[in-house]
Amino acid sequence: METVNITIDGRKLQVPGNYTVLEAAKQANIAIPTLCFLKDINEIGACRMCVVEIQGARSLQAACVYPVSEGLVINTQTPAVRESRKVTLELILSNHDRKCLTCVRSNNCELQKLAEELNISDVRFEGETYRLPVDHLSPSVVRDPNKCILCRRCISMCKNIQKVGVIDTSQRGFKTIVSSAFNQSLAEVPCINCGQCITVCPVGALREKDDTDRVWEALANPELHVVVQTAPAVRVALGEEFGLPIGSRVTSQMVAALKRLGFSKVFDTDTAADLTIMEEGTELLERLKNGGKLPLITSCSPGWIKYCEHNYPEFLDNLSSCKSPHEMFGAVLKSYYAQKQGIDPDKIFVVSIMPCTAKKFEAKRPELAATGRPDVDVVLTTRELARMIREAGIDFTGLPEGHFDDPMGEATGAGVIFGATGGVMEAALRTVAEILEGKPVDNIEYTAVRGTEGIKEAVVEAGGIKIKAAVAHGTGNAKKLLERIKAGEAEYHFVEIMACPGGCVTGGGQPIQPSKVRSWVDLRKERAKAIYEEDRNMPIRKSHENPKVKMLYEEYFEKPGSHRAHELLHTHYTQRENYPEAR
Amino acid sequence: MSVAGECCCGNVDTREQKLTEIIEKYKNTKGALIPVLHEAQELYGYLPLKVQKKISEGLDVPLAEIYGVVTFYTQFSLNAKGKYKIQVCLGTACYVKGSSKVLDKLREKLGINVGECTEDGLFSLDACRCVGACGLAPVMMINDDVYGRLTVDDVEGIIEKYRNK
Ligand code: SF4
Ligand code: SF4
Ligand code: SF4
Ligand code: FES
Repeated sequence: METVNITIDGRKLQVPGNYTVLEAAKQANIAIPTLCFLKDINEIGACRMCVVEIQGARSLQAACVYPVSEGLVINTQTPAVRESRKVTLELILSNHDRKCLTCVRSNNCELQKLAEELNISDVRFEGETYRLPVDHLSPSVVRDPNKCILCRRCISMCKNIQKVGVIDTSQRGFKTIVSSAFNQSLAEVPCINCGQCITVCPVGALREKDDTDRVWEALANPELHVVVQTAPAVRVALGEEFGLPIGSRVTSQMVAALKRLGFSKVFDTDTAADLTIMEEGTELLERLKNGGKLPLITSCSPGWIKYCEHNYPEFLDNLSSCKSPHEMFGAVLKSYYAQKQGIDPDKIFVVSIMPCTAKKFEAKRPELAATGRPDVDVVLTTRELARMIREAGIDFTGLPEGHFDDPMGEATGAGVIFGATGGVMEAALRTVAEILEGKPVDNIEYTAVRGTEGIKEAVVEAGGIKIKAAVAHGTGNAKKLLERIKAGEAEYHFVEIMACPGGCVTGGGQPIQPSKVRSWVDLRKERAKAIYEEDRNMPIRKSHENPKVKMLYEEYFEKPGSHRAHELLHTHYTQRENYPEAR
Repeated sequence: MSVAGECCCGNVDTREQKLTEIIEKYKNTKGALIPVLHEAQELYGYLPLKVQKKISEGLDVPLAEIYGVVTFYTQFSLNAKGKYKIQVCLGTACYVKGSSKVLDKLREKLGINVGECTEDGLFSLDACRCVGACGLAPVMMINDDVYGRLTVDDVEGIIEKYRNK
């Protein structure tokens, strides 16, 4: 890329010719406030928070969309610029429900931060305001339009990246709002509950449904045996909530904090991930051998499952019948574990800490109740766990080491990598390749399926069989991949799909980083790095070598795919109609 | 409320077939949405969920986006229109002369809000911008009939006249 010479606030510098003024300023370490901008996701120049003076231009220009050119002279700090930004912000604030004290995003709010940075001490415009009902019918996502600043990031995420498109602007002028079609609740439209809209919202207009009260209540109930399990992606992100750098691994502090909160047992969902690999791997081998429906598509991501049920019913038979790992774990806890420990399963309360909002919906599926009661009682996101830890006054970073509990505390590196896109595929290949080879395989790092590329492919040869695999993350990429398969342009045996771009590490329930950070740091990469580090540090890295999983099969399930395994660990799917009221 | 796809005349509804044709006609052109909405609106008189959903599927445009467009432009309507379409002018001249009171009276008499249609399908009520009859303010129109220099007390009689037609 050719470079151009520009002058910004009197400083001369050379920048790539395809930069915007905002990117050039970033390179020069000059901060320009932004609000609607989120790199690669929302670059629409709508809010005009980022205005700058461009020499020779008649009016102020939005830095986030203004391209640099040779000789451009930019001023980011002039009285006119400052006044314009202030007016813009005050106008937004004048119709904003400014109840920071009770807002979930206080202290992590881009609007609040801007008000502080731009030194807003008074809102000069107290104009018309209007208040709308909060949509809290969805088990996963709560929308409060009164806090919405119309930045449109959520729309862009839902429509352009996820290719779901259940929210958009409606009405016009002062009445413009973000809504679903016909103002329906998110619970009534084909929302897949991925929560990606939440993670891009700069303010408190979108949040997860808070279920912490139900967990506090259970913890306070002496009748209940309250156990908790944590997904792999939680441990590489939770630290961000407590000021640690992105990509910090806090497994040990997380476990210690959960014990302090009063959970009777702290389990690792990774163990169930290993169990999933045994069941899914067996399913794959069976379908390969017996000419079953191919490609086999993974089923760990409930956002993806709902997307498939709404939009690609023709692929429902391709889905693995395996429950997602935490649901498997819940079923095991209320059967095998209950029996072994001599606890009434009705008294076992299972909490899952997940990077995911879709799992809140999933836990309520009536079919996920293998023992006649919900496999999992409550799903909390990483963010909700952080709130509980704060509420309990726990000094997170100062905690002593904590260890997962037995039985079933032991997991493998294969279970850990479930948290990143490509991880389920890699974990499965580690096991399937060895079964096909009939002997240990040395190279177990399948790097072709790692990384942030939207669609990844790999061919793995083992035992004389060539397994063609593909991995897609983000339902937008999944759509592309499925269309290719439908059109006969590509053929695979095994496909991994995760609803969230980047996989679980950047799930809809993960800590939220503001645009200022997220636009320039690839969260997917940084958090995934920590996941693969954790994998490398595990003594056992293949699911079928997990002694606890072996024990489970010996003592209870007999073998993968057994009758009992099917009863407890597998499920089924149903087509869902989009907008059924239209009939 | 009458539902799109059923109509009161007893004839087989050919509108769905026509809608499919409209969608097919524009399907592969850029910016197809607005002309399709226009023709669909002409066909049905309004754009209910069922029609918008069909357009959404046909053009592969999310329903939420279509709803956004429909609610953005005043020429599109989400609600059925009655046999008698009442439009009350809320332009400046009419407004000053009390047209909003006339509108309130109509709301009360018909039991519907602006943008809605009565259950029997007889009347729909809308507010409109200046109709160019400011000399007669306040003005309302029922289909092509213009009523000027209205008072609140006139409303009942006019409505009855149409009801008994
Ligand atoms: S969204 Fe931000 S500014 Fe608004 S109330 Fe919440 S914390 Fe305060
Ligand atoms: S949860 Fe996902 S599908 Fe639902 S509105 Fe948000 S981004 Fe769209
Ligand atoms: S809900 Fe949040 S992300 Fe969506 S437009 Fe409003 S402020 Fe922006
Ligand atoms: S216009 Fe640049 S950040 Fe909104």
